[in-house]
Amino acid sequence: MSSNANRTTPLGLRIAAIAGLLFLHLPLALIFLYAFTTEEKSFEFPPPGLTTKWFGIAWTSRPDIWPPLYLSLQVAAIATVLALIFGTLAAAALSRTRFFGRETISLLFVLPIALPGIITGIALRSAFDIMSIPFSVWTIILGHATFCIVVVYNNAVARFRRLNGNLVEASMDLGANAFQTFRHVILPQIGTALLAGGMLAFALSFDEVIVTTFTAGQQTTLPIWMLGELIRPRQRPVTNVVAVFVFVVTLLPILAAYYLTREGEHTGGSSK
Amino acid sequence: MTAAVAERQRGIGGAISDIFFARPQLLTFLLLTPPLLWIGVVYIGSLFALLLQSFYSLDDFSGLVVHEFTLATYEQLFEASNAQIILRTVLMATLVTITSAIIAFPIAYYAARYARGWTKALFYLAVMMPLWSSYLVKVYAWKLILAKEGIITWFANVLHLRWLLDGILELPVVGGPSLSFSYLGTFLVFVYIWLPYMILPTQAALERVPVNFIEASADLGADPRQTFRTVIFPLALPGIVAGSIFTFSLTLGDYIIPQIVGNSRLMIGQAVYTLQGTAGNIPLAAAFTVVPMLIMAVYLWMAKRMGAFDVL
Repeated sequence: MSSNANRTTPLGLRIAAIAGLLFLHLPLALIFLYAFTTEEKSFEFPPPGLTTKWFGIAWTSRPDIWPPLYLSLQVAAIATVLALIFGTLAAAALSRTRFFGRETISLLFVLPIALPGIITGIALRSAFDIMSIPFSVWTIILGHATFCIVVVYNNAVARFRRLNGNLVEASMDLGANAFQTFRHVILPQIGTALLAGGMLAFALSFDEVIVTTFTAGQQTTLPIWMLGELIRPRQRPVTNVVAVFVFVVTLLPILAAYYLTREGEHTGGSSK
Repeated sequence: MTAAVAERQRGIGGAISDIFFARPQLLTFLLLTPPLLWIGVVYIGSLFALLLQSFYSLDDFSGLVVHEFTLATYEQLFEASNAQIILRTVLMATLVTITSAIIAFPIAYYAARYARGWTKALFYLAVMMPLWSSYLVKVYAWKLILAKEGIITWFANVLHLRWLLDGILELPVVGGPSLSFSYLGTFLVFVYIWLPYMILPTQAALERVPVNFIEASADLGADPRQTFRTVIFPLALPGIVAGSIFTFSLTLGDYIIPQIVGNSRLMIGQAVYTLQGTAGNIPLAAAFTVVPMLIMAVYLWMAKRMGAFDVL
C-alpha cells in the first residue's frame, strides 16, 4: 500500500471522478435554491428573486402538511423499533453458527430490497385483500418494517462478525449467565451498530413511497403528500420547502449512522 | 470450565443459560424463529399470494376476478402492447445499468486507489449522502432541472446551444415536448438516482485488487490500457455485476420516475400500478410483476456464479 500513496493521479481520472461527484450533488443543491425563489408558478431558472416567505407559509397556512408529517414520524418510529428487534435477532442467530440453509435464509432477509419495491407493495396488498385486513397505520408499518429489517440486519451482522468471542467466554467463565453476558458484554459492543441501523431504517421508512402507495389505503404519509404535489402542484415553493425539510430529516440520521460506524466498517444496507 | 459452570448464579436466568450452554442450536433456533416467521409469513407469504393471483383471470364482462386456474392472463402478456411495455422497460434498465457502470467506474476507481485519509472519507460520504437522501426529493430536483423553463434550457441559451437542445428534443422516440416529458429525461433521472448503488460495490471490488498485480502487469510490459483490460476490469467485474443487480432491478420496478419525468408510454411499474388500481385487473398486474421476478431470479443466479455476492 505504501507505494500507492505517493503516486500522482492521472488528470483524466481526476476530472471524471470530480465530474461524477458534481453530477450527484448539484441537483440536491438546487432544491435549496428553489425553496427561496419568488417565482410561484414555474421552475424558472435563475429564480427572479429570493425570499424566505415560503418557510413561513409552509409553517402557518398549510395545515394539510401536518397530519402526513405525524403519520410518517409515527410509522417510521414503530417500523424502526420492530426492525431493530427482528433484525438483531436474525443477525445474532446467523452470525453465531453455520448450518445447512444459512445462505438461503440470509438471502431471504435481503430479498425485500433486492426485488423492486413495487413487487413488495402489490404482494402485501394482495395478501391484505385475501385476508380481508383493512388498511390502517399497521398495514403501512408492516410493509416498512419488512424492508427495514434488512438495514438493521446488515449493520448488526457486520458488527457481530467483529465481536471478540473471548470476551463472551470470559464473561461466562466469570459466572455471568447468558442474559447478563448479553447486557454487559455484547450489547455495549454492538450498540452503536444497532443505533446506526436504526437511524438508517428510520430514514428509509420516513422517505418510502412505492410500498406505501400500495399499503396506505386513503392515508397520506409525507412522501405521498409530496407525490401528490408533484403530480398536481398547488404552491410549488411550499413543496420546495417541504422537500428541503424531508431532505434534512433523512440526512441527519444518515450522517449520525456514518459517524457511529465509521471505524472500519461500511454503513450497512447499501441499498433501499 | 465445568467448575465455573457449577458456580454460576442460579435463578431462572441461570437455568435458561445452562440450557443454552448445553444446547447452542436451541438458542440459534429461538433467535431465528421470530424474524424468520416475519419474513416467511409476511413477505414470502405475500409473494405467493401474488403469484397465485397471476393464475386467475379477469372476466371481461363483469370485471370480476375469476378464481380458477388459467394461463390466459400470462397469454395477455404476449399481446403486442404488453410485450412492448416489457421490452421497453428491459431496454431502459439495460441502458441505465451500462451508463451507470461507465459513470461509476472513475469515481469508484479514484476512491479505491487514490483517495487516502480524509479524501477517502469525503468520497464515501459524497456517495452515501445522495444514496440515502430522499428519493422523492431527488426526483423532484430533476423535475426542476429538466422543466422547459429550467436550468438546462437556461444553460443551453447562455452557451448558445439552444439549437442542439431543440435538435435532441426533436429526435424520434427519445425526444419530446421538453426534457421532463421524454425518454431521455426518464433515462437521466434513472441514472442519477441509481448511480450510488453502482459506485459502492464497484469500489468494494476495486479495493480488493492487489496493487502488486497492477505493478506486475506494468513490469511485464503491459501499457495502462492492457493492464486495465486484462487485470483491473476482470477483477472489478463482480463488483459491477453486484451494482447492476440494483440498477437493473430498481429500474425494472420503478413507476414514480417515469410517471413524473416521462412520456405517456408505460413501463412495467406503471402498468402494474394502473392495472391493480384504476383498472382493477389484479391478475394481469400480478402476471406483470412475475416478469421482473423471473428476470431477477435469473440475474441473481448468474450474479452469484460470478461471485458478485462476495462484494455486497
